[in-house]
Amino acid sequence: MSVNADQVRHVAKLARIAMSDAEVEKMVPEFNNILKWVEQLGEVDTDGVEPLTAVIDNELRLRDDVVNDGDCRDDVLKNAPEAQHGFFAVPKVIE
Amino acid sequence: MSEYRIKGETGEWEVVIGLEVHAQVVSNAKLFSGAATAFGAEPNTQVSLVDAAMPGMLPVPNKECIRQAVRTGLALDAVINRWSRFDRKNYFYADLPQGYQISQLYHPLVGPGEVEILLDDKDENSVKQIGIERIHVEQDAGKLMHDQHPTMSYVDLNRSGVALMEIVSRPDMRSPAEAGAYLRKLRSILRYVGSCDGNMEEGSMRADVNVSVRKPGDEFGTRTETKNVNSVRFVMAVIEHEARRQIELIEEGGKVAQETRLYDPDKNATRSLRSKEDAHDYRYFPDPDLLPLELTEDFIADCKASLPELPDDKRKRYEGVGVTPYNASVLTAEVETARWFDALLEAGAEPKQGANWVVAELFGALNRRSETLATTGISPQEAAELLKLVADGTLSGTLGKQVFEIMLETGDAPSKIVEERGLKQTSDTGAIDAEIDKILAANADKVAEYKSGKVQLFGFFVGQVMKAMAGKANPGVVNERLRAKLD
Repeated sequence: MSVNADQVRHVAKLARIAMSDAEVEKMVPEFNNILKWVEQLGEVDTDGVEPLTAVIDNELRLRDDVVNDGDCRDDVLKNAPEAQHGFFAVPKVIE
Repeated sequence: MSEYRIKGETGEWEVVIGLEVHAQVVSNAKLFSGAATAFGAEPNTQVSLVDAAMPGMLPVPNKECIRQAVRTGLALDAVINRWSRFDRKNYFYADLPQGYQISQLYHPLVGPGEVEILLDDKDENSVKQIGIERIHVEQDAGKLMHDQHPTMSYVDLNRSGVALMEIVSRPDMRSPAEAGAYLRKLRSILRYVGSCDGNMEEGSMRADVNVSVRKPGDEFGTRTETKNVNSVRFVMAVIEHEARRQIELIEEGGKVAQETRLYDPDKNATRSLRSKEDAHDYRYFPDPDLLPLELTEDFIADCKASLPELPDDKRKRYEGVGVTPYNASVLTAEVETARWFDALLEAGAEPKQGANWVVAELFGALNRRSETLATTGISPQEAAELLKLVADGTLSGTLGKQVFEIMLETGDAPSKIVEERGLKQTSDTGAIDAEIDKILAANADKVAEYKSGKVQLFGFFVGQVMKAMAGKANPGVVNERLRAKLD
């Protein structure tokens, strides 16, 4: 598997990362090197091996249905570039 | 019921419909955090650092949300997957602080099940099964407000992280009416189970509507998905509109594009959401913050034991004790009505009469007075008392209606009304005989006519006696005594 410049641009767009053409060109061989490296895993015979879901042998812990968090609006909004009347305020996103 | 077909230029078309229903789970806290879920709080006051996606925060699933989804699955006769897993659905939007929604694509909590709908309320045999493909659990997004500021959108994350069940049907519906019946039935089941309040106006239940068209017998056509439709009526309107649009497009030589559309209720039209096309590359992968969800048999057994009697079982039980199929289906559609009727039966009302009375008299009166079972002062126990007074002859049918009206006005118990107003029907033959004698004496001419063969005058005498006794005489006794004296 390998990628071309258009696929790199597409991935960058999905990740909301702006890239110049020069950066894209530089990224193409880097991506392909990584893919090639990962592809080596395909050489291992995994017939009959269950997919690994977690590296720690542990069970998912569940929480009781109790309200014990929230009510911290100032903290939540503290890092917002802009907040008004208790809301996050962002550039208008209506279509 | 005849099959639903749309007539186009090139012949008749069949509509194929599948629904994805997002139902907000009833819980105190959110799916992965301890923040509250209550509706209508001040903006961003029910947001934890997990919901705001602060770096390093870890999600921990709420057991109650899992329990409610499992109970819902059991109520839909669905497969409960003992092993399921959460995945990340990646996209950027201002209402999604994480940049991904935690959902379940590859291994949902609930597998195939089904919902039984009646195509005709009055016909027990008009049953159709609508397949459920899966139910998965996922996070809701925050809420955007666009009308508060000229150049800014406001974001409220109170809803961010609230648990949703996405209930995905198979493409088994073939008309707007079937889709409407399916949605109403599903909402009814959710409300019986108590896993979702089914309130479409507040957005706690909304549907994505998948529609395609084909010539009967052909393969499925290309479908479009109209997002976030928030009433049964709108869902039906979307289907009708979208089917016609697709048929026109195909007949003009065009092709239906597989795309997401939005419904505008004001224009009753759908429009394409092309700008979101890129966003459809969701790059799902297992959420590394969460281990697989494994359920024990005990947990599932407890969920099952906690289920109430469901609408179909209730309907069959009512029919089994003599309630007509139509009344049974009206009485079981809403859980509040069914609970009220159950209480009426428990208070001793005869089922068939009780059902007739609730559906005809009580609902008629409530409609007329713009009231509901929740707002009326009449309790099932008082209603049972009234029905009993009529059944045992203490009140005539007419007096029963009068007492009912007074109950609606005053909220008093029927026994109190009967006593205070002296409305009790009398079977006292002494009093009835005395009135009959007076009436016959005052109408000697009519008595003579009756005796000479004008038998239809009998009704006149009954009416006069009832009138003289202010409607309180037992009509059966009046009839009997009159016959004894006249014939």
